[in-house]
Amino acid sequence: MKRKLALLLAVIMVCMIILPACGTKSGTDGTGTGTGTGTGTGTGTGTGNDGGKAVETLAVNVGPDPDTIDPALNSAVDGGTMINHAFEGLMALDKNGVPTEAQAQKVEVSEDGRVYTFYLRDDIKWSDGKPVTAHDFVYAWNRAANPETAADYAYMFDVIEGYEDVANGVAGAKLNVVAKDDKTLVVTLVTPIPYFLELCAFPAYMPVRQDIIEANGDAWATKVETYIGNGPYKITEWVPGSHITMSKNEHYYNVSKLGPNNIKFVLMDDDVAILNAFRQGEILFADSMPNDEIDAWRDKPEFNLEGQLGTYYVSFNVTKAPFDNPKVRQAFTLAVDREFIVKNIGKAGQVPAGAFVPTGLTDADPTKEFREVGGDYYDPYDYEGNLEKAKQILAEAGYPNGQGLPPIEYIYNEGTGHQAIGEALQDMWGKLGAQVTLASQEWNTFLNTRKNGDYQVARNGWLCDYNDPISMLDMWITGGGNNDAQWSNAQYDALIKEIKTTTDKNKRFELMHKAEDIIFDEWMLCPIYYYVDIYLLNTKVEGFYSSPLGFKYFMYASVK
Amino acid sequence: MARYIAKRVILSIFTLWLVATITFFLMFMVPGGPFLSEKTPSKATLEALNKRYGLDQPVIVQYKNYMINFLKGEYGESLKQRGRTVEDIISSGFKVSARVGGLAVAVALCIGVPLGCIAALNRGKWLDNTIIVIATCGIAVPSFVVSTVLMIIFSVKLNWLPTYGLTSWKHYVMPVMALSFYPTAYISRLMRSSMLEVLGQDYMRTAKAKGLSQFWILFKHALRNAILPIVTYLGPLLAYTLTGSFVVEKIFTIPGLGNEFISSIINRDYTMIMGTTIFLAALLIILNLLVDIAYKIIDPRIKFK
Repeated sequence: MKRKLALLLAVIMVCMIILPACGTKSGTDGTGTGTGTGTGTGTGTGTGNDGGKAVETLAVNVGPDPDTIDPALNSAVDGGTMINHAFEGLMALDKNGVPTEAQAQKVEVSEDGRVYTFYLRDDIKWSDGKPVTAHDFVYAWNRAANPETAADYAYMFDVIEGYEDVANGVAGAKLNVVAKDDKTLVVTLVTPIPYFLELCAFPAYMPVRQDIIEANGDAWATKVETYIGNGPYKITEWVPGSHITMSKNEHYYNVSKLGPNNIKFVLMDDDVAILNAFRQGEILFADSMPNDEIDAWRDKPEFNLEGQLGTYYVSFNVTKAPFDNPKVRQAFTLAVDREFIVKNIGKAGQVPAGAFVPTGLTDADPTKEFREVGGDYYDPYDYEGNLEKAKQILAEAGYPNGQGLPPIEYIYNEGTGHQAIGEALQDMWGKLGAQVTLASQEWNTFLNTRKNGDYQVARNGWLCDYNDPISMLDMWITGGGNNDAQWSNAQYDALIKEIKTTTDKNKRFELMHKAEDIIFDEWMLCPIYYYVDIYLLNTKVEGFYSSPLGFKYFMYASVK
Repeated sequence: MARYIAKRVILSIFTLWLVATITFFLMFMVPGGPFLSEKTPSKATLEALNKRYGLDQPVIVQYKNYMINFLKGEYGESLKQRGRTVEDIISSGFKVSARVGGLAVAVALCIGVPLGCIAALNRGKWLDNTIIVIATCGIAVPSFVVSTVLMIIFSVKLNWLPTYGLTSWKHYVMPVMALSFYPTAYISRLMRSSMLEVLGQDYMRTAKAKGLSQFWILFKHALRNAILPIVTYLGPLLAYTLTGSFVVEKIFTIPGLGNEFISSIINRDYTMIMGTTIFLAALLIILNLLVDIAYKIIDPRIKFK
C-alpha cells in the first residue's frame, strides 16, 4: 500500500519533468536564417505580416536583450539600433553620417539659428496605418524631457527652450515645441546649436504615440501588438532573451527601397557563442568578439574597425591625497605607456590618447577635426620622454623618486581587459616609485564607489551622446552627476555655461578648446585611448552602414 | 500522515517567509542601486525613479509594502526591464527553462540509471571501470566547458546543429546534453553503489533460488529498491534544473530563467531579486516536501512525527 503511494509520488514527479517538456512550443517559423539569394529590391508584397515563411531574413547580433526599446527611456547603443529601425525621426543619418530629411521633407532655420520649422511629409504613417502628425513629436519630446518619465537621456532636450522648467517639475511647463498644424512643427532653441539636426535623428527624439502610451503605460514598449512605430520596420516577433524579428512596415513611405524582408536581431550575450554563430553563417553581423580572437581575425575581410566617439581614461579623485596635487596628477598621466596598452591589451586598433575629447569630432570649420585644431597635450607616442618629464615633475611636487607618496589603490570593475590595464598601470606608475595596489569591484558597487568619490584613482570611460565636443566636456561641471573626479573649477563652470549660450559658432569652438585646456592645466584625468568599434560583417552583405555613435543600419542592406 | 504533511506545509511557509525577509534586507545592504550606470541619470530623474518605485521610503516601510503586495499577489515591476512585470518575466522564462531542464533530467535518468546498473552488474570488469571514468569526468567538468566543446564539435566543425535559439528539436540537442552531463554522471554513480548494495541482499539470493529469470530479478526486485536514493536526489535536482542554468542559457542564447537570477543581482533589480529568490525557494521546498513524503513512505523504519 505504502509502496504504491510512493510510486504514485514518483509518477507525479516524473510528470513534472515530462509535462513542461511537452508544453506548447513557441510558434515560430523554425528554420532560422535562410540567407536568401535575391537582392531584395523587389516591391516585396509587404502584407506577409503573419511572420510565416522567412523569404529573406537578415540575422544579426547587436547585443543581448535590451533593457528597453522605448525611444525615450533607452540610453544604450544596441537598443538605439533597434529603435532606429522601428522608428524614424524628423531627420535620419545617411551613409556618411549626415542628417538628411526623413519624416520632415523640408527644414527652415531662422536667421539667428534658434527657430527650426519642420514641414512633415504627407505620406508618413504609423505601422498601424494612422498618419504621423507634428503633435506626435510634441508629445514625444515633452514626455522624454519630463522627470516623471525618468528617462536617462532627458538632458538631451536641454537645447530646447523651456527645458529648465520642465526638468525642475514646474507645473504645466512645456518645451517650446509647437505643432502649428498637423504637418508643421516649430522648435525654438535656447541658443543656435550646430548639431540640432543630428539630434533630430537620435533615438530619444523619435515620435511616439500618445494614445498607446496612455493606454498601456511603460508596458507599451514590451509587446509586439502595442509597439507601434513610424520607421521602416516593425516588430513582428519578440521572444525576450532570444530574438526580435522585424519585418518591413508596409506603411513606410520608402518601403520599396528597403532591403531585407525581415531583420532578425538575435539577442546573444556570450562572445564565444556569437563568434560561433557568425562562423556558422547563422548570423551575418556580430557586434562583439572575444578579445583573444581579434589577432586571428584582424586581416580577414569580415573584420571591420571604425572610430568611436569616446575615451577610455583614468579618473583621479582630486579630493584624495596624493591626487589633490595637480603635479602628481600630471606625473601619473605622463608616466603611462599608451602604445603598450593599445598594442598588447586593447588589441583592437584603439588610438593612444593625448587629450580628452576623442578624434572624429568636427571643429568650427567642418573640414577639420576638433582634435586636429586642439592638438595633443603631450605626445602619447613618446613614452620615454614623457616618463623622464614625469619623474622630474613628481620631484617638483615633493616626491622625488616617489618617496613620501602614500600607498595608492587603483580600482576597476571586473573584466579581464580592465584588469590587464590595471596591471600595466601598476607597473608603469611603479617606475615613478609609487606603491600601487589593485582592487576589482563588482560593476554596480564600482559605479557607486566611483560616484561617491570613495576612491583614489579609478578606471573610467565615456562615449559621446552626439557629435559635438560639449558631450565630453559638460560632465565636469561642479556637482555634475558623472563628475566622478569630484573636481570643481569656477572658471570651467563659467566656460561651459558660456558655450551653451553663445550664438557664434567659431567662438563656441574656441571656448570648448579653452575648456579642454583647463582640464589639462589641472591634469584632472589621465586619458588612455580613444575607443574604436569593431564588428564582423559577412562579406555577402552589401549596403550596411554604421554611425560614429555606434548605431548600425541594416534597412538598406542586401545579401549577395 | 495528514498531520505530518500539514505540519510540513506550515513549516514551509515559515521557511519561505524567512528566506524572503533575509533576502530583502541583505539586498539593501549591498552597495549600488538599480538606476546606476556608466552614465548616471540626472538628480531629478533619479528622484523621480526612486519615488515611482517607492525606493525613497525607509527600508522597513518598503519591506512592509512589499510583503502586503506580495500577499495580494502583486510582485511588482522589474526596475531594469521597464514595463515588464516580475510575474511575466518569471513565467515566460520558467516555461523555457523547465522545458529544457525537464528534458535534461529525463535524459539524465534514462542514461544514468541503466549505466549505473550495467556498471554494478559488471563490477570490477572493464565495462564498470570505463563507466566510472566517464562518470568521474562528468562530475569534474563544468558545464561551460561541456557547452563550448559541444558547440565547437557539432556546430563549428561538423555543422550539424544550430548554435543559438530554441526553434526546432535540433536546437534542444546541445543545451540538453550540456545540462544533463553532470546529473547523468551523478545518477549513474549513485545507481551503481545502491545497486551493488541491493544485489548483496538476501532476498536477491532467494529470488535466484526460486528460479526467476535474470531480467525479472533485476527489474522486479533489484531496480525498484535500488532506485530510491535517486528519488531523493530528484527533488533538489529538479528544482535547480527546471529553473535554468545561467551558463548554459547564456552560451546557447536560451530565453530562460537562469539568466534572470544572476542579472537581477548585478542590476540591483530589487523586485526581480525578490521574485526569483522566492520562486526558487518555493519550488525547492515543494519538491523536497514531495521527496520527503515519498521517502518516508518507502522506508518504514522512519516514523512520521
